[in-house]
Amino acid sequence: MTAVSIADAIRSAHQEIMRADERVILLGEDVETGGVFRITEGLLDEFGPQRVFDTPLAESGFVGAAIGAALAGMRPIVEIQFVDFILPAINQLISEAAKMRYRSIGEWSVPMVVRSPYGGGVHGGLYHSQCFEALFAHVPGLKVVMPATPADAKALLHTAVADPDPVIFLEHKRSYRLIKDEVPEPLPEVPIGKAIVRRDGDDVAIIATGLMVHESLAAAEQLAGEGVDCLVLDLRSIAPLDRDAIIDAVQRTGKVVITHEDHLTGGIAGEVAAIIAADAFEHLDGPIKRVAGPDVPAMGYHPNFEKAFIPDAERIAAAARDLAAY
Amino acid sequence: MTTAGKPNAARKQPPVRKPRSPRGKQAQRAAEIHPQFDLSNQALVDLWYKMVLARRIAERWFILNRQGRAPFVITGQGHEATQVGTAAALTPGKDWAVPYYRDIGVVLVLGMTPYELMLNVFAKADDPNSGGRQMPTHWSHRDLRIVSGSSVVATQVPIAAGVAWAAKLRGEDSVTVAYLGEGSTNQGDFHEGLNFASVQRLPLIVVVENNGYAITEQQEKEMAIQDVADRAAAYGIPGVVVDGNDLLEVYRTMQWAVHQARTGHGPTLLEAKTYRTVPHSSDDDDRRYRTREELELWLKRDPIDRFRKLLIDDGVLTDEHAEQLLNDATEEIRAAQAQAEDRADPDPATLLDHLFGSPA
Repeated sequence: MTAVSIADAIRSAHQEIMRADERVILLGEDVETGGVFRITEGLLDEFGPQRVFDTPLAESGFVGAAIGAALAGMRPIVEIQFVDFILPAINQLISEAAKMRYRSIGEWSVPMVVRSPYGGGVHGGLYHSQCFEALFAHVPGLKVVMPATPADAKALLHTAVADPDPVIFLEHKRSYRLIKDEVPEPLPEVPIGKAIVRRDGDDVAIIATGLMVHESLAAAEQLAGEGVDCLVLDLRSIAPLDRDAIIDAVQRTGKVVITHEDHLTGGIAGEVAAIIAADAFEHLDGPIKRVAGPDVPAMGYHPNFEKAFIPDAERIAAAARDLAAY
Repeated sequence: MTTAGKPNAARKQPPVRKPRSPRGKQAQRAAEIHPQFDLSNQALVDLWYKMVLARRIAERWFILNRQGRAPFVITGQGHEATQVGTAAALTPGKDWAVPYYRDIGVVLVLGMTPYELMLNVFAKADDPNSGGRQMPTHWSHRDLRIVSGSSVVATQVPIAAGVAWAAKLRGEDSVTVAYLGEGSTNQGDFHEGLNFASVQRLPLIVVVENNGYAITEQQEKEMAIQDVADRAAAYGIPGVVVDGNDLLEVYRTMQWAVHQARTGHGPTLLEAKTYRTVPHSSDDDDRRYRTREELELWLKRDPIDRFRKLLIDDGVLTDEHAEQLLNDATEEIRAAQAQAEDRADPDPATLLDHLFGSPA
């Protein structure tokens, strides 16, 4: 097996999904020519202009249209070019997509996947670097996933498109070509709502999302040399959270670092910490630590600002080291 | 002192809203395509009866509200010709509709029953629209292809474009209609939805029920143009103004728009000039923002009286028959109310139901 990038894995998932199900259509800005990250390259040639479809530059309009198409029997995949630009569509997502099944007592549903690159470190400045997973996780009726590996990205896209409800599918843009790994064939199914232990350990649990999983693994590697044995839990799914896996990680280690690139306040780490405080309190041997992006509006453009903003292996390791010594 | 506290006389007189006829090439083509109505005398009487039902249900709801039996109602007395006339040009169960909260007449024509409407106003568990989860008149009926709507205005325009798009992709010859008020046409989604639909020439009709008021705001505060239909020019699609209190004019124009959509000629923006002769909702007092003189003017243009007179003048209906039908409507609504009011309320144990579906 050869290693493939997350970008290639997501593209190949589109191909498999669209070959298998004619109801699946892909829409978004510039998707016909591959999109700005070239994720959808070649899909127009294979599936034609009826199914791969450039939209007007108007996120609320085309997300709304995707909702309508989903209501009427299609399975749209919507690409939002950068998650920073999803905000015009937030009304459609929260007021319409998330509530459709609930408000119609199950008569209507919106089987739609909204894919979007998030995160910084690619000189994207304030408006091409943000993380909005916590925003969407706060909305019952939406599911939110953040795959960290090529295999998970591919498997989760299959799962998300098959899901009968709206799924926000967040892809770290820096991970697209940075993270390469083998993608097994046949691909094991990855359900939404299931975390995975990426590294076993019994001193400190590091609970991470998206690209932070890789920073956490690097931190764990570093700490292993110092005799601190870290467990790394990749949440994969932000909504719903895998409570059992979170509690299990605490039971095994007694000490927890939670890390994400999103802002600290109101970030998903707070929710994970609340789960631990409520359901695994007696297993804790130290305070819960959070390593997250700072509470500034967004990531600055200059590399100095990026580096100062994004939690990295050093900062995660420092938090875990402190905890180990607690 | 706020303006709300001033007497009506101190406020600027609202512009008198004169009914308009279809304009330009589109109207001519409408006449060419449908030189004669395809409606039988019985069908015409049925349409009048649907308007009567819509009106009387709304009136009944206001009484139920004042009696404390319905916490909130929002209706569209005065809009009946627009609602019934547009919906009558659709094929129920085949064409798709995304109505808005005033559209009692639309859903009646598409097949919702007075009983279901009464379940809706009482927020009963059996209400097909939402089982008591949404405020009344937030329509949904899957079998009738009435798509669930929210309280947020204009979001239904992109959604309706998407429904029309899916139908087109599947090769269906259905059309999709989105309904909204003129105030909602200021929302970005109105523009984004119509733009999307016109780029793709989708079988979409957007019906604007222009009653001149967005709750308390007169149209001149909402937009700097007189005709919402003018906005169609921005999308390269026909924008047609009709007298929304003239059932046959509404019907004929809508029939033309449906024909356009069904035959691959793309969307139409249809603006029906009308007037709501009641407050915005049961929580509103329209005396704060409009004169009784203006209201009286529009009550004289009542679409139901007007169509009744036309039918009687043309020998399609007699006064006796009309009175009989009015009694029938009263009785039908009374029976529907009695049947609905006794039905079960939603069980709080179902609070968490229908959050997510099961994967197929």
